[in-house]
Amino acid sequence: MNDPVDFKGMSCPLPLMDHDTIQLAHGAGGLLSADLIEKLILPRFTCSELEKLEDQAVLDLPPGRLAFSTDTFVVSPIFFPGGDIGDLAINGTVNDVAMSGAKPAALSAGFVLEEGFPLADFHRVLCSMETAAAKAGVRIVTGDTKVVGRGSCDKIFINTSGVGVIPEGVRLSAGSLEPGDVIILSGSLADHGMAVMTVREGLSFRTTVVSDTAALNGLVDSILAAGPGTRTLRDPTRGGAATTLNEFARASRVGIKLIESALVVRDDVAGACEILGIDPLYVANEGKLIAVVRSAEAEAVLAAMRAHEYGKDAAIIGRVVSDHPGRVTIQTGLGTERIVDMPVGEQLPRIC
Amino acid sequence: MKYLDEFRDPTLAKGLLAEIGRTVTRPWVIMEICGGQTHSIMRFGIDQLLPEEIELVHGPGCPVCVTPLETIDRALAIAAREDVIFTSFGDMLRVPGSRDDLFRVKSRGADVRMVYSPLEAVKLARENPDREVVFLAVGFETTAPGNAMALKQAAAEGLSNFSEIVSHVLVPPAMEAILASPDNRVQGFLAAGHVCTIMGWEDYEPIAARYQVPIVPTGFEPVDILNGILKTVQLLEKGTPGVENQYLRVVQAKGNPAARAVVDEVYEVCDRKWRGIGNIPNSGLKIREELAAFDAERKFKVENILTEEPEVCISGQILQGMKKPDECPAFGKECTPRTPLGATMVSSEGACAAYHKYSRRGLS
Repeated sequence: MNDPVDFKGMSCPLPLMDHDTIQLAHGAGGLLSADLIEKLILPRFTCSELEKLEDQAVLDLPPGRLAFSTDTFVVSPIFFPGGDIGDLAINGTVNDVAMSGAKPAALSAGFVLEEGFPLADFHRVLCSMETAAAKAGVRIVTGDTKVVGRGSCDKIFINTSGVGVIPEGVRLSAGSLEPGDVIILSGSLADHGMAVMTVREGLSFRTTVVSDTAALNGLVDSILAAGPGTRTLRDPTRGGAATTLNEFARASRVGIKLIESALVVRDDVAGACEILGIDPLYVANEGKLIAVVRSAEAEAVLAAMRAHEYGKDAAIIGRVVSDHPGRVTIQTGLGTERIVDMPVGEQLPRIC
Repeated sequence: MKYLDEFRDPTLAKGLLAEIGRTVTRPWVIMEICGGQTHSIMRFGIDQLLPEEIELVHGPGCPVCVTPLETIDRALAIAAREDVIFTSFGDMLRVPGSRDDLFRVKSRGADVRMVYSPLEAVKLARENPDREVVFLAVGFETTAPGNAMALKQAAAEGLSNFSEIVSHVLVPPAMEAILASPDNRVQGFLAAGHVCTIMGWEDYEPIAARYQVPIVPTGFEPVDILNGILKTVQLLEKGTPGVENQYLRVVQAKGNPAARAVVDEVYEVCDRKWRGIGNIPNSGLKIREELAAFDAERKFKVENILTEEPEVCISGQILQGMKKPDECPAFGKECTPRTPLGATMVSSEGACAAYHKYSRRGLS
């Protein structure tokens, strides 16, 4: 138990603990549980609701419709270039709430910890959750911790749920697209998925592919200010941009035409995709959104997005059309057109 | 990106298309051998751009597609054993056997792992001396050197718990089988660039001479493929069959001699059954007798393999260029990538999967 603690990458000091790994007793509700919560977890998530340690948080929210979302994070490896399971869990739920146009206000955090999980790693995850929540401007107001036996989960699983209030007059819906609307993507495709895949599979490239994990609520505010008539917003996570756009086309019974040359894929990501035979349109993003806006507001929204740190590479990637309802097509660099279909399952690296 | 953008350059592509249009005077049927080329043709819509005289038919060059059902069923039986860590490249995991696939066997508790290199399987064998590590070695000449190297490495380290199920196939005998068929329509070939990278192109010269066909080793990007088609059409129009190398930046006449040597050291040529096509003499590779201890099929002796192939599937005719995927009555109906009836629908390199993914059908 006296193994040296790895402080690499830590942004805040590790409190003294009697153990260096998670014990089953940390989840048993006794002294060790209290120790874990009070010494390790609470200091990272200081807020008045949480400090009361009641069974629930009681929130005072401004009037309006509520957006409510939940997501569970099981990423492996838990640390990857550009982020870790902690900031992913904050940003993911902030983004899911924000895509309704809501201003994310409060999150819950539920942890499932595997017996033997190093406390130093848990601390590192908590610190990145603290940093991500502060950056997104949300508070973690309630939480839960469970410990399961070795082998019953993979190191750490995190569930976060979030609520936010939707401002008066904002009604975004994937079913509201009209022919002529413009599709804007906030930046490069496939960064997160390829970052995780290259680490997971031990592929080494001359450069490191970095995840794009980021909270997009600020970008959403900019979009809605510049484009009050915005139709819908969505962050293309699992299944990638292709899946999100197919969902839009089906929900609105419209066609979508994309232009391949307008899609931004970073060189290192494109290289990794080429080697593995994977299409970046189908790879997960964690810090990008697709906005469908009225044609008249497109330039204003694009300019507002480009002025934001998470929208610098925003581009118009296509249009909504009345042809082929429910289908997404793409114009290739050679001028031909092909279907961009829903993915069948996970993309698998090919043999050769 | 360097080596990618210039081979997807629309101006270069349009110039090649114009040149093909000026060269062609009558109908020609050209087969692209490799599934990667088929995928690229569909992805970029190259077939839509060609003059109507040129018909592209899709060849048997999808290793996942042509792996016999018996081999997959045997692999599934071995993977299900408690003492086995079963390793495979990603796109074999979803290939259906008669009743199962590796994903399903895994979900029932088998230890099935996806690897990117067969050397990862050797590492697993080293790290797990009490388990049997089996690698499913499928593919054409392209992947054979890596798979041979893994076996050689395991033998050198004395890792008796490592073995391979070898179902390698060779391109030239398959081309000859297609050309010798009375139903053959193919008049020229785009040979598979990656295969030629390993094997070179000298083996194709006798085939080109015997059957009087042009054979053009070709790359995988749109400009490569259009350039390969142009060279093939030029040879056809001039009536001068032979081998002409399009993929100059990668392919040399003798290929990669070091890679060929390790393949010869570990494997030997054998007759091989191709899924959907049947037995082709001297078209496969098997583990040499002196390395039989590393042959998983001998080590685990799986008996009583009874295969069941769906009757409606025409993948055999598709793999020989006799039919197109959308001529199959089951295409897009009973048979989809989610519910594949034949292997050509499973692999992303398979012609049916490429048609289904990129098809313009359903747009009109």
